[in-house]
Amino acid sequence: MNVHEYQAKQIFAEYGVPTPKGIMAETVDAAVEAAKELGGPIWVVKAQIHAGGRGLGGGVKLAKSLDEVRELADEILGMTLVTHQTGPEGKLVQKLYIEDGADIKDEFYLSVILDRKLEMPLIMASTEGGMNIEDVAENTPEKIITVPVDPTIGFQGFHGRELAFGLGITDKGEQKNIITFAQKLYKLYMDKDAEMIEINPLVRTGSGEFLALDGKMGFDNSALYRQPEIAAMRDLSEEDPDEVEAAKYGLSYVALDGEIGCMVNGAGLAMGTMDTINHMGGTPANFLDVGGSANAETVSKGFEIILKNPNVKAIFVNIFGGIVRCDRIANGIIEATKITDVNVPVVVRLDGTNAPEAAEILKNANISNLIVAEDLGDGAAKAVAAAKGEI
Amino acid sequence: MSILVNKDTKVIVQGFTGKEGSFHAEQCIDYGTNIVGGVTPNKGGQVHLGKPVFNTVSEAVKETGATVSMIFVPPAFVGDAVMEAAEAGIELAVIITEGAPVKDMQAAKAYATKHGMKTIGPNCPGIITAEECKIGIMPGMIFKKGNVGLISKSGTLTYEGANQVCNVGYGITTAVGIGGDPIIGLSYKQILPMFEADPDTECIVMIGEIGGDLEIQAAKMIKEQITKPVVAFIAGQTAPKGKTMGHAGAIVSGSAGTAKEKMEALEAAGVKVVVSPAEIGKAVKEVLSK
Repeated sequence: MNVHEYQAKQIFAEYGVPTPKGIMAETVDAAVEAAKELGGPIWVVKAQIHAGGRGLGGGVKLAKSLDEVRELADEILGMTLVTHQTGPEGKLVQKLYIEDGADIKDEFYLSVILDRKLEMPLIMASTEGGMNIEDVAENTPEKIITVPVDPTIGFQGFHGRELAFGLGITDKGEQKNIITFAQKLYKLYMDKDAEMIEINPLVRTGSGEFLALDGKMGFDNSALYRQPEIAAMRDLSEEDPDEVEAAKYGLSYVALDGEIGCMVNGAGLAMGTMDTINHMGGTPANFLDVGGSANAETVSKGFEIILKNPNVKAIFVNIFGGIVRCDRIANGIIEATKITDVNVPVVVRLDGTNAPEAAEILKNANISNLIVAEDLGDGAAKAVAAAKGEI
Repeated sequence: MSILVNKDTKVIVQGFTGKEGSFHAEQCIDYGTNIVGGVTPNKGGQVHLGKPVFNTVSEAVKETGATVSMIFVPPAFVGDAVMEAAEAGIELAVIITEGAPVKDMQAAKAYATKHGMKTIGPNCPGIITAEECKIGIMPGMIFKKGNVGLISKSGTLTYEGANQVCNVGYGITTAVGIGGDPIIGLSYKQILPMFEADPDTECIVMIGEIGGDLEIQAAKMIKEQITKPVVAFIAGQTAPKGKTMGHAGAIVSGSAGTAKEKMEALEAAGVKVVVSPAEIGKAVKEVLSK
C-alpha cells in the first residue's frame, strides 16, 4: 500500500525526520489559508498523487505571493497529471500539499528498501539528488552508495559513517545531522513495516541541516493488520475502482487493452494464460485471479467485472483444480451464467480434481455459448478463434 | 530416489488442529505421508486425526523424532512458528501460510539459517515426492512417479507443469513450490544441485515469473553446474509494466526482472525455454527422447 507525500511526511515528523513545514489542502481556499498559516515568503504548491515525476509533469510549482498560491492551486487542483509512472491516462489531482520553501544548498538521494538477495534492509544514497535515480544507476553506478543493515544489530555508528563519508560530507556537524537522519529513517522503516521509503531530493540547507523535500512510502500489505494508523491512510481514489471492487470478493483484477477476458486460478497460471493467448495471436483483456476458493459467487462476480469492459469479445475460464473440485466450479459457472447475462462465447477449461465429472456437467447444461476445451493450449486456441468470430 | 523428502520422512504439523491444518494434514496422511504428530499450544495430550498433539515443537521432536514441519499457523504467527521449529532442531520447515509479514519472515529466515534449518515458502503449495510423501496443499493424484524434477514459484503452474509431464508419459521425482514472496526459503539455486545429484531425476522443469532476479541467478548456476536438461517457462511476458512509486527495487537487484530478460539468460545457459506453459510437456518429451 502506498501513501501520499503529505502522509509520509506526517510519519517522518512523528519520528523526528526533518521536513519543511506543510499543510494538505483539498480546495483552493484551503490552500491559500494553509499558505497564510505557514507564513511564507515562498511556498511550494504540490500535487498529491501516488506517482513519481510530478515536478516534470507540472504538478509542483513555486509561489512567491499568496495570489500566486491561489493561481497555482487553482491550476493544479483538478488537473490530470501525466508522469512516467502514471501511464498515459494520467491521474486526477484531488489534493495539494502547500509547503514552506526551503533554503537549498544541494540535493541528495536517500532510500531504504528490502534487499531481496541479502534479505535485509538496505540504505541507498547518492549525491545525485533530484534526478531520475534509475538513470544515475545506469550511467554512473559509482555514485550510488549502498549500506545494508542487519536487523539483528540494527543501525550502528559504522552504517552512518559509511553513508556520510560515501556522500562526501566532511563537516562534522553535517555528518552528525545526516547520520541521525538515516538512523531515524531506518527506525521508522522497521517500526512501520514499510516496504520502501524514498526521499528524492534530500536537501542540504545553507546551515548544514538535512531536510526531506519529498517522501514516498510503500507498506507491506501483509502487515497492515498491525499498523492500523497506516491502514487508515489508504486513499481508495488513487486506486482503480474495478480492482478495488474485485478485491472485495477476493479477486485480483487488472484491466488490459485486449479482447479476451480471462478468469484463472492462481497468479502464475493467470499470467501463463495471458502469455498463451498472446502467443496464439490473441490479446488478453485482463488479468483475473479468482484465488484458491473460487465458488459460484466469485465466478459470477468475475464474469460481471470482465463484461464491464466493452472490448471483451470472448472469455476464457482456465481453472486447474487442486483442492478445489472442478465439478463445483462447473456448477458455479452454470449458476453464474444465470445470474449474469453472459453475451459472448465462453471457453472453459477445467482440469485437475474431478475434471471428467465437470466436463459432463457442462455438456449437459446445454448453454449455447459455452465451449469446452481439453487443455490449456486447446482452450487458448479456441478463445482466440471465438474472439475473431471463427467459432 | 528423490530430493529432500521421501516415504520415511517424519513430519509434524504446526497449526495441526486448525481448519486448514486439519484438512490438509488429513489429505497428506491419505496420500501416505508419514505424519507423526502435530503442535497446537494448549492442546497437548490430545489425539487428532489419530496422531498425538503436542504443546511445543521441541516436545514433538523429542517424542516423535520428526525432522520436517509443515506450517499452517495464521500469518501473524508464522515468524514465531518458524523460529520455534529451528530452535527445536527441525531440519526442514515447509511454510504454507499466505500473507506473512515480510519483516517477520526476514527475522525467521535469518534465525533458521543460523540453526541450519532449511525452509520452503511461505505462501507456497509445498513439496511432494511422487507416490511417497506430500507435504503441502497440492492435489496428490496428478503427481505420477517418474524422472522429472520440478521447481516453481507459482502453485497452479506447478500443477499444470506436473500434469503435462505425466500426460506425455513421464512422471515426477520431486516437485517443489518455492513461493513468490519477497523473502523465501529454498530457491532455484539451492534446489537445482539437489536434482543434479539425484540419480532418478533425468530432467528438470523450472517455472518462474516476472520480478526479482532468482531466475537470473539460476541461469548462471545452470550454466556452471547443471548437466541435466532443463526446461523453463517464465510467466508474465505479456504482463503490463507495474505502476510503481519508487525505483529502488530494480536498482537493488540490478535487473528489471522482465520475462524477456530472464528467458534470454536461461536460453544462454542452454535451457529449453518455452513461450507458453501449454508447451512444457512437449518440451520435456523432446529433451528426454534425445
